[in-house]
Order: sequence, then C-alpha cells, then structure tokens
Amino acid sequence: MTTPQNTPAGAGQLILTPNFREAGKRYFRDFTPGDDFYEALIDMHRDLSDEQSERVNARLILLLANHIGDIAVLREAMRLARDAG
Amino acid sequence: MGAYVSPTYPYRSPEDLRSSPPQRRPLIVVGAGPVGLAAAIDARQHGLDVLLFDDDKTVSVGSRAVCYAKRALEVLDRLGVGEAPCAKGVSWNVGRTFVEEEEVYQFNLVPEPGHKRPGMINLQQYYLEEMMIARALELGADVRWQHKVISVQPQDGFTRLTVETPDGSFDIEADWLIVADGARSPIRRQLGLDIEGRIFMDRFLIADVIMKADFPAERWFWFDPPFHPGQSVLLHKQSDNVWRIDFQLGWDADPEEEKKPEKIIPRVKAMLGDAREFELEWASIYTFQCRRMKDFRHGRILFVGDAAHQVSPFGARGANSGFQDTDDLLWKLALVMKGQAPERLLDTYSADRTYAADENLMNSTRSTDFITPKSRTSRTFRNAVLDLARHHPFARKLVNSGRLSVPSFLVGSALNTPDTDAFAGDMVPGAPMDDAPVQAGGQDGWLLDQLGNRFQCLLFVDPATGVSDAQRTALAELSNGPIPVSPLLVCPAPLAAGDLPVLVDTQGLVARRYDARPGTTYLARPDQHVAARWRALDAAAVRAAVARATCNA
Repeated sequence: MTTPQNTPAGAGQLILTPNFREAGKRYFRDFTPGDDFYEALIDMHRDLSDEQSERVNARLILLLANHIGDIAVLREAMRLARDAG
Repeated sequence: MGAYVSPTYPYRSPEDLRSSPPQRRPLIVVGAGPVGLAAAIDARQHGLDVLLFDDDKTVSVGSRAVCYAKRALEVLDRLGVGEAPCAKGVSWNVGRTFVEEEEVYQFNLVPEPGHKRPGMINLQQYYLEEMMIARALELGADVRWQHKVISVQPQDGFTRLTVETPDGSFDIEADWLIVADGARSPIRRQLGLDIEGRIFMDRFLIADVIMKADFPAERWFWFDPPFHPGQSVLLHKQSDNVWRIDFQLGWDADPEEEKKPEKIIPRVKAMLGDAREFELEWASIYTFQCRRMKDFRHGRILFVGDAAHQVSPFGARGANSGFQDTDDLLWKLALVMKGQAPERLLDTYSADRTYAADENLMNSTRSTDFITPKSRTSRTFRNAVLDLARHHPFARKLVNSGRLSVPSFLVGSALNTPDTDAFAGDMVPGAPMDDAPVQAGGQDGWLLDQLGNRFQCLLFVDPATGVSDAQRTALAELSNGPIPVSPLLVCPAPLAAGDLPVLVDTQGLVARRYDARPGTTYLARPDQHVAARWRALDAAAVRAAVARATCNA
C-alpha cells in the first residue's frame, strides 16, 4: 500500500488526504488504517451518556489541538468544520 | 423476463448405504449449499471418496447470497467450475456511495488490469448451486437428496451419523465429517458447541425485482436517500434482469407486515421514481448476527461456512469466506487422510480460518456500526464523516458502506516459513497469490490457472542463461519427494527447458507483483497461498518449508 505524501505537520497546511497509520502495523488494504481509527473513536464513547460523550469529545479536540499546535492549521480546520454543514 | 424454476434432484433410496453393522465411509459432507458442494468437489479433485447428504431436493429458494468475490471465483476456477458462473453472472468492480442524492465515495475493487477475474460477480445463489452440483456429479461425488442427518455421535476415531430419509432412518459412520449445514447448524446445536458474538438490532428487507433497467452494473449504496429517508438502501444487478434492493427498516419494523407485497411495492416504486413495470420475484426480511465458533475443528468433525461463522451481509463476506474455508481445509484433509501429514495439520485449518473469520467479523461489524449507528454520538460522527466526504478525500476513505470481501493474508500461520531474504510488495508468506497474465504452451492464460491442488515451486529464470544443471537437479529432487513439489519456471521470454513447464511472463507482471528476479523461488501451497520464498533455489530449504507447511517438520 502506498502512503500519500503529506506536508509535515507544522508547515501551516491542513492535511486533507488520508493520513492514518500506526507504527509497526502493515496494511494490505487501504481502508484499514482509517477504519482502525474510526472504531477506536466510537469505542471511546462506549457506555457514556450523551452529555458525557459531549464532554469527552471536547477534551479530545483540546488534546489534539495542542498536539497540532500550529494555530493557522487549527483555524483552517475550524473553518472547514463549520462550513461543511 | 420470467421467474426462475428450480430443478428437483432425484431421491434415491439409501438401500446401498444401509447395513448392520453400519458402513464406514472415509468422508461425509453434510449440506449441499455452495460451501458443502465446494468441499465435495475439492475432495473429489484430491481423489477422495465423498458422500454428500442434503435434507432438501433442490437448490436455494430465493437469490440469497448474490455477490461472489474475485478470490471465490479463483477458488471456483481451481475447482473447475469458474467459467459458468462468470458467464451467467454480472461482473462489476465499481461501487458508489451516495448521501441523499450526492455521490460521496467510489471504490474500484480491481483498480489495475491483468487479472483473470473481476472484483465481483453478482449471481443468484440457485444458479451457482446448480452449476456446482453438476460439477460434483461429473467428478463422481455421491450426492444424496432428502437425507437429513438427525444425530451425530463422535466416537473414538470416527463419527456415527443417523440419517432420516423417506424410506426410514439408518446409521452410517465417517472417518471424517465436514459440517456445512448453514447458520442454524443443527449438528452444531446437537453437539452443544458454542458460537459467540453480537446480534444487531436492525431489520432489513431484501426485494428481488424483475425489471428492464439500464442502470450500470455497479453497487449503489445510499445513506438517507429521499425515497427512503433516514435509512440506507443498496441496489445490485443480478442476471436475468433481476435486481436486488436492500432496504434498511429499523428494529421497530414489523417483519410480517413488511413482507407483504402491498407494503414492498410502494417502496420499490418510490425508489425507481417512474412508472416502469417490475415484478417482485422474492422478498425476505432479515436480521443478522456477527459470531463464530471458538474452534472449527472438533476431533474428526470439521465445521465450514455459515455453520462455523456468520457476519452481517455488508461486505459479502459470508459465502465468500465459506469458499476460503474449504480452500484451506481440503488439501490439508487430503494429506491427513492419505497418511502424508499428521492430524494436527487440521488444527491449522481452525487457527487460520478463525483468524480470517475474525478479520471478516471485524470488517463487517465496522461497516454495520457505520451504517446503523448505535448511539447519538456514533450517529453524529457518522453524519460528520458524510458531511466532510463531500469535500475532503480523507473523509471519503472513512465512509464505510461495506468493505467488500477480500481474502485474508494469513501472515501469522504456523505453516509459513518466515522470509530470510528481502522482498518488496505484498506476496509475503501466507498471502493469497496474485494473478497475472502469462503464456503457457504458446497459449495466453493466467498464472492462477497454472497453480493449485499440489505444492509447486516457481522458479524465475533469465532467458539468456536458462536453467542451470544445479537448479534442474534440485527441481527433479523436489518433484520426487514424499510430498511432491511440481516445478514451474517463470521467464520473461519463451525458453526451451526440456520437460520443465515454462510460463512466459509476457507483460512482466508476475515478476513485478512477486518482486522477482532471476533465481527467485516461491513455494506455493495447494490452495494458491505463498508458503515460502527465497532469492535462490535451495532444495533443502524448499523441503524444510514443505515439511513445515504440512506439520511434518
């Protein structure tokens, strides 16, 4: 499987091509890494009430935002998230 | 247009099977669905006597399993029954996913040329069964209709069965028993064997309609279409102008009510959106489970197909994985029955196919969770993926309307010999082998048609230097071993190699897909999986890999 060449995080460009992977894992199907992520995301909410889930989602966004760090990238993501509806 | 008329297979009195004490047969298969038939055909190709019992006298009622994947077609090719279903079925590679009316995601199951079989064919199950029954009979399988196995008693080294027929019941014994009696598996239940997993709280309606339509031969999947708001719909083309439409109904739907034509016909009309005429051929309301048996082998009883594992239908991983079960099982069973391998080789059937079943369960469960979210948060994320998928490629990849059946890479199989040389690409030990165009005997053909039913040693050769004396000696020694390994040379140009068979890699695709150069050697299992590979041929290494792949090490 070929991994798309993305601009490295921090270069001020929001990555919008498929970018999920896990170190040490070999993929034979291109949908697998994204599906691995999505399953983990939904599993994170197992047995939570809707209110608890909302709070967990907010914490998750904050953790990921700090990890990304580049505020220009975050602003771009916020814009696209708001516009997609 | 016109509805299918199912054949009736003749019942024969079991007089010749009845005796006291009961007869002992080497191999009995229970269930003449596609997977039981594949087992019987494969057994005959391995020269095994096989008796096949089925409690009915005809093929499946309704179209049932419709999508047969590339790997299943390759297995059917190896079983000598690949042409007819491909000729009758509808080939397709492209799937489209729509949200409301907008296309958000598209996949192509075979994105590159140079494979004999397409990603999928759609064919009503009854047609495939008819073709497979003809093949089983042609090979001399002893198929007995209206023979219902009502009791199975494991004994020391064999199994006793009680069989009910219109002429009364009788006992018979089998050295080996293959159970292919379907999802409800009366034999599994009678033996009290566990099958564990999840039930999904949703109901679906299948409507097979006969109509003239010029929709392309593609899989179309809608989330929340205007003609069936809030639910999903799937459209597939089958042969004879039959179209499969699958409507998600929700858990609260009343199955008895929804089954009525007066309820179904308006749903179909709303979908077609015009006054076109159609006829309802078959309808069924279903729910499903995702579960498997803990072990597919219980002594001398081997479970295959739906009897061993069940998945949601999104992904066509039911019948297709059943074919891969018997593909894995029969060569192993043949070696054990012929005394060429120890019984524990059959434990690797269970280990490898439960691994594959887990992969199928995982993928079909993920699809089901995406299609029918179980909580408000899950639905919110699903809808957010669909929103973003309209604009962004990363989100398109997350849209999961079914990950269609592809074979497992059995990378953890105990039968693999780990690589000692460096290779690129996916043809790792345990990989299902990739097809490629070749010329054999001056004729255009396909690599996979040259593989299977025995161990084979593929040696890639440089046309300028040909086969060395040492290589020739090694290949001769391997073909005379206790478990013979047939030689097969692969060369980019025609080559005179005496009695050694040569495949011409006309487009260089074999070498490319297997990352091969002159000297590269692959050991292929009888089920077209890679057992081992090296950069140079060494008879001792190949012998050791054969021993490992047959539990003789």
